[in-house]
Amino acid sequence: MNAPAPSSPPETEIVIKASSAWFTIDWRGLLAYRDLLRQLIQRDFTARYKQTILGPTWFFFNPVVTTLTFTLVFNKVIGVPTDGVPPMLFYLCGMLGWSYFAAVLGNTGNSLAGSAALFSKVYFPRLIPPLALTVSSMFALGIQFLTFFVFFARAHWFTATPTLPAPGLLWLAFPAIVLHMAVLALGVGLILSTLTAKYRDLNHIQGYLIQLWMYATPVIYPLSRVPEKWRWIAELNPVTPIVEASRRIFLGVGTVDPSRYAQSVAAAVVIFLVGVFAYQRAARTFVDTV
Amino acid sequence: MSRPIIEIRGISKKYRLGQIGMTSLREDVERLGHWCRARLSGRAPAPDNRRDFWALRDVSFDVQPGEALGIIGRNGAGKSTLLKILSRITEPTGGEIRLRGTVGSLLEVGTGFHPELSGRDNIFLKGAILGMTRAEVARKFDEIVAFSEVERFLDTPVKRYSSGMYVRLAFAVAAHLEPDILIVDEVLAVGDQQFQRKCLGKMQDVSVRSGRTVLFVSHHMTAIRRLCRRCVVLDAGHASGPMDVDVAIERYAQDSGASPLRLDVAALERSHGTEGRVARFREIAVVSPGGLRFNQPFAIEFVVESREPLDNMMVGLGFKTVDGQRILTLDSDGGGRTFTLRPGVTRIRFDLPRLPLHPGPYRIGAALGSGRHFYDSLDGFALWDVVTSVQDHESDRSFGGCRIEPAFTVSAI
Repeated sequence: MNAPAPSSPPETEIVIKASSAWFTIDWRGLLAYRDLLRQLIQRDFTARYKQTILGPTWFFFNPVVTTLTFTLVFNKVIGVPTDGVPPMLFYLCGMLGWSYFAAVLGNTGNSLAGSAALFSKVYFPRLIPPLALTVSSMFALGIQFLTFFVFFARAHWFTATPTLPAPGLLWLAFPAIVLHMAVLALGVGLILSTLTAKYRDLNHIQGYLIQLWMYATPVIYPLSRVPEKWRWIAELNPVTPIVEASRRIFLGVGTVDPSRYAQSVAAAVVIFLVGVFAYQRAARTFVDTV
Repeated sequence: MSRPIIEIRGISKKYRLGQIGMTSLREDVERLGHWCRARLSGRAPAPDNRRDFWALRDVSFDVQPGEALGIIGRNGAGKSTLLKILSRITEPTGGEIRLRGTVGSLLEVGTGFHPELSGRDNIFLKGAILGMTRAEVARKFDEIVAFSEVERFLDTPVKRYSSGMYVRLAFAVAAHLEPDILIVDEVLAVGDQQFQRKCLGKMQDVSVRSGRTVLFVSHHMTAIRRLCRRCVVLDAGHASGPMDVDVAIERYAQDSGASPLRLDVAALERSHGTEGRVARFREIAVVSPGGLRFNQPFAIEFVVESREPLDNMMVGLGFKTVDGQRILTLDSDGGGRTFTLRPGVTRIRFDLPRLPLHPGPYRIGAALGSGRHFYDSLDGFALWDVVTSVQDHESDRSFGGCRIEPAFTVSAI
């Protein structure tokens, strides 16, 4: 008599139980849902500018208008110096190192509470929405960079600003800085969204937090203007070396201490790991408290 | 028997009551304070379990590959919690589940659409949210569009869709998922009746033709009966083992949330002050075995009390759907057959050889009167469930209100 054919081995076996492991990233799940990641990235910028007349040109307006404001208010009226660089370029470059960070932080800071409706109906790796936001915000950064480049080119080739270095190989270091910013911003955003899920009041504070953080970062003033005595405090802020490094790369000014920069990278990695851990832990039973 | 595709072992889920929403910072600080004080004084901190609520307790059962298993239970029995755990939306407090295959769930279909995006974009987005790859969605795109009946509006943002179109499109995407295990919750509550029937047909296709495993949660006994052979009954967080669907439905009917079948109505408030003074209902009770069952004998008794002798009397009984539409009236004075009520307590009994009402909940009203004058009337004094029975193979054919069997002759011409 024939033995019954053994059933084919299952392709996937999913075990559901109360989690005991305290740090896991579901790599397989993230891989399986990579199309969702792509869709969300795409959705983020198509949906944002649907029905606006200027469409994605808004990405271009934002940095220009902000920079003009800074130039007018901080440089012309208050008289904050700009390390000897034309103020427009100085601010545009500072914003290169800040805007993306602020955008990612602002967008991911509410990932949990903001997606409650979706999270309570469907399962997918919960890290996907903040990851998608981190990537889709790079689009704005790209346009911002182009804006900067237009002003840079004008200053360098047409008005021949003598202090401005020519574009060089150093520029290639910028993607690494972007990655650094992404990791740091996502980490802080995840921690923030974990806290916001529990204490909803934080949702109202986030805007101020980002604004205050900007003033604590040398975006509208050069780090060199911070008295030597206090500089270490400014450098505790992990975004400071990022902004200063971008100015060093593009404008040849900026105070970058390699050990401080390494410190900032280490901080980014630690914050990111803590963020992922806290976020995933909160996401597991978050829907129970909605 | 092959290995079960789903093994559920001792699953429990605890919720904290009162903590729904956000804990305020102050509450957390207070709790920490309590804990510290208890520690300092050397006692173990007393666990605060007054507010614990166990939605599921030690639930265990297996599901075999290719099976369509129904899960029924009244509201709050833990059905949704179980499905949420199975579809990994939340974690159990204890226990373990093994799923041997990919899982797709349809828990309320209308989520995951982006209002600004067109129907076309949303099909891809929703597909991705449900775990389909872009290629998979592309392959099924035409099928999804045809099923949803919104071809003409594919490039319109879904925020301009009617709610019906929205739901149809959402269900169409979800229905074309191809996981090994499909989890379905109350989808049939969407769309008009015609679309509901289409959905039911699609679910049947999924489970019967493609041999996938389906877990189906519904209040809709007709749908459960059509889709499932076996069924689990959940009651206050405890689960029965899988049992034959007819047995399960009977068991569910027995402990469904309806009114008791014997009701003391003497003290109920009447809508008019004068009603019930001369004569009134004291008790109304369904006395047929098994209660109210579609197409089975039905009997009800009224206990009536009167102070005076009353002539030309009648008793009436009305069944309304939960939407408030009267669907069946039983009056004792049909054909002018009135009766005389003597002073004292009297029992009146109605008998129907077959109850024609389709399974479902009904609001019941009763009246005691003479001609146009009512001595007593009770509107909606009970919510009774008409249930299906093992012998019922007709009521799931359609969604009509009631059904009687005509006498018929067949003759060759």
